[in-house]
Amino acid sequence: MSVKVWVAVAAALLAVLLVPPLLTPGADSGESNQVRALRVLVPNSPGGGYDITARTAAKAMEDADLLRNAEVFNLPGAGGTVGLGRTVGERGNGKLIMSMGLGVVGAVYTNKSPNSLLDTTPIAKLIEEPDIVVVAKDSPYTSMQQLVDAWKANPGTVTVGGGSAPGGPDHLAPMLIAKAVGLPPKTVNYIPFDGGGELLASVLGGKVAFGVSGVGEYRDQIQAGTLRVLAVTSKDRINGIDAPTLQQSGVDVEFTNWRGIVAPPGISPTDKAKLVEVFQNLQKTPQWREALQRNGWTNAFAPGDEFGTFLESENKRVATVLKDLGLA
Amino acid sequence: MEQLLDGFATALTPTHLLLAAIGVLLGTAIGVLPGIGPAMAVALLLPVTYGMEPTGAFIMFAGIYYGGMFGGSTTSILLNTPGESAAVVAAFEGNPMARKGRGAQALAAAAIGHFTGGIIGTILIVLLAPFVAKHAVDIGAPDLFAVMVLAFIAVTSVLGASRIRGFASLLIGLALGLVGLDEMTGQQRLTFGSLHLADGIDIVVVAVALFAVGEALWVAAHLRRKPFEPIPVGRPWLSRADLKRTWKPWLRGPVIGFPFGAIPAGGAEIPTFLSYVTEKRLSKHKDEFGKGAIEGVAGPESTASASAAGTLVTMLTLGLPTTAVAAVMLAAFQQYGIQPGPLLFQRESGLVWALIASLFIGLTLLLVLNLPLAPLWAKLLRIPRPYLYAGILFFASVGAYAVNADIFDLLLMFVIGLLGFGMRRYGLPVLPAIIGVILGPAAEQQMRRSLQLSDGSLTGLVNSPMAIVVYVVIVVILFFPLLKRFLPKPPVAPAEEREKVDA
Repeated sequence: MSVKVWVAVAAALLAVLLVPPLLTPGADSGESNQVRALRVLVPNSPGGGYDITARTAAKAMEDADLLRNAEVFNLPGAGGTVGLGRTVGERGNGKLIMSMGLGVVGAVYTNKSPNSLLDTTPIAKLIEEPDIVVVAKDSPYTSMQQLVDAWKANPGTVTVGGGSAPGGPDHLAPMLIAKAVGLPPKTVNYIPFDGGGELLASVLGGKVAFGVSGVGEYRDQIQAGTLRVLAVTSKDRINGIDAPTLQQSGVDVEFTNWRGIVAPPGISPTDKAKLVEVFQNLQKTPQWREALQRNGWTNAFAPGDEFGTFLESENKRVATVLKDLGLA
Repeated sequence: MEQLLDGFATALTPTHLLLAAIGVLLGTAIGVLPGIGPAMAVALLLPVTYGMEPTGAFIMFAGIYYGGMFGGSTTSILLNTPGESAAVVAAFEGNPMARKGRGAQALAAAAIGHFTGGIIGTILIVLLAPFVAKHAVDIGAPDLFAVMVLAFIAVTSVLGASRIRGFASLLIGLALGLVGLDEMTGQQRLTFGSLHLADGIDIVVVAVALFAVGEALWVAAHLRRKPFEPIPVGRPWLSRADLKRTWKPWLRGPVIGFPFGAIPAGGAEIPTFLSYVTEKRLSKHKDEFGKGAIEGVAGPESTASASAAGTLVTMLTLGLPTTAVAAVMLAAFQQYGIQPGPLLFQRESGLVWALIASLFIGLTLLLVLNLPLAPLWAKLLRIPRPYLYAGILFFASVGAYAVNADIFDLLLMFVIGLLGFGMRRYGLPVLPAIIGVILGPAAEQQMRRSLQLSDGSLTGLVNSPMAIVVYVVIVVILFFPLLKRFLPKPPVAPAEEREKVDA
């Protein structure tokens, strides 16, 4: 068997396996309101929050015939700002959208990204996920008030764990709480963990005094009684979790992690309207409702410009906190 | 036990068996192909599996997970281009073996190593799951930092002939490891304002660049001066002498790998490296290390698979993903409305036991698939060197590009590749640099985390029993040579032992 045959076989294999994903389907849009050949950029790695949101939404929209030939691809890096840079760079491209969320807002500051989310075209806010303030079952703290008292007395030793890097949602929430109870954010001893999972181990093992993270990964532990939730950060109580909101516990903070969709700047008004409409229609599909239920997400739909206003206010809120910490 | 048998009954139905087979085939292919790791493969398949019932989907995912481990070491050994971080250590001894014409043996040692590691690891899941679940969370940052210190001490044994060059190389690795956003404070370090560097440099990119690209450039620079001969392909099977040298490393692997996989932030890189160093220390053929010692493939590979099994324990019992694949699988569980955690074994016992049973089946399938393939893969090296290295460079480039579809990674790989070429030119060993990239950031993170947890007090580094035990071990290792002077000398090993080694 000659070398050439082997090389040819290898080359053929490679061509078959690698070429299709590198090419974009180049279909033009039809007359119906179905969007074709949309590319969805996910600015974090497979399995991350934006990834699951994007893939779930794309699947639901394809099943409901709102989309055809949608392609979800990942461009992770620098808390989502690498993907943001790409999106902002594709000015006028009405066939690209980016899945994003609160984390990207903070990452823009911590990474000193030259591009801001305010440069993009906001399409829709999709979902919300509240954070919880959580301790192990044998922790001395049984109420938010107790925790706050101990925290104010000794901010250095009452350590806070969170599942995100500085600038991310789990970092912002305790900083906002600290500010609200009169503790300078700089004194907060925040310990970042690589995701909610790693944080969970530290909360369970009593390594950190308390943790702040999304509720998703913790439901089972809460039900099993190994974790105690002191408060939820959303405006209303959460179904199935026996804990007051922060406001009910005397801390004037309302905070939710949210995710949404933005498009490149300078896209045509028709393209924008079409994209907003697709996501509006997504709300009505049973597939999406089921996905919300399955993932424990709260529907928080806000179309185009409404989302834009929200994005601006979130941007301001994040910037103030990070400025206090010297990160922005 | 009965539950496990029920699990086998579920897993052995034709549909599930077929899904397991698809999983291991896909996993192996993905492991061999550059750029797509098992984590991405599972994520890409998630939407496809929505329509399936969960048991089938997870049987397939488990196949991909273990299959990726098997496949990943193939390119590592043959082409010196590890496809994922768990396979980096396999290249240390595996590639020199392949170049000596013992590629088939290296692949077989790796495959059987994965099999034993995986089987023992899975048995440990069955036996120890509740115990591990209870104690994994007790391991904290101080303990992990102590283990890192131990690993740093172990680095001295891979420094090579010249200490200074070894340390220089280690420092290069540590410097590369510093690049990126500081995880604790969010400050930028050595990023030169580039967003692409904010997440640091991936260990796979460094390993591929230093090993494969540096090597290819080096060979290209010397090609005209050296006689042109293809790499020999020796006998395909493990000899009796090989088996004698590998059975112990295979069995030792899980001892190191399983606990590491189970603890948060354990991963597979550090245990595989520790296994490598242990095998080097215990081997009767120390002089062969660096030139293709089969123990150095068998041990780490068994460790890698066992750590994969350990990962599944914490994921299933605590809902705590310790690796990227576990994180994606966790997301998959949630897609089905199943929440892994302390209640999973009671609520979904059918699913869990079928999954565990399918792990045994998947591993057996993988061994059956991979052993006969080993000699075939090894024939790849018959390709004349210019074509072979062109192919390696091509694969390395595709791999670096495919991860993020980003030109920057490609440039980064070639720049580090040039560095690797320079290191070869000036006789700097490449290994310590790789270890520096693996250990540096991990050790820094754990040390700073421990100090932050204790609010800056140094006692925070030694306030747990496990950390103290590890430090005692370190002290004993360091002072053992001194102690040995006062002990009666053991009889000198007979000299013929060394000559028995087949070249």
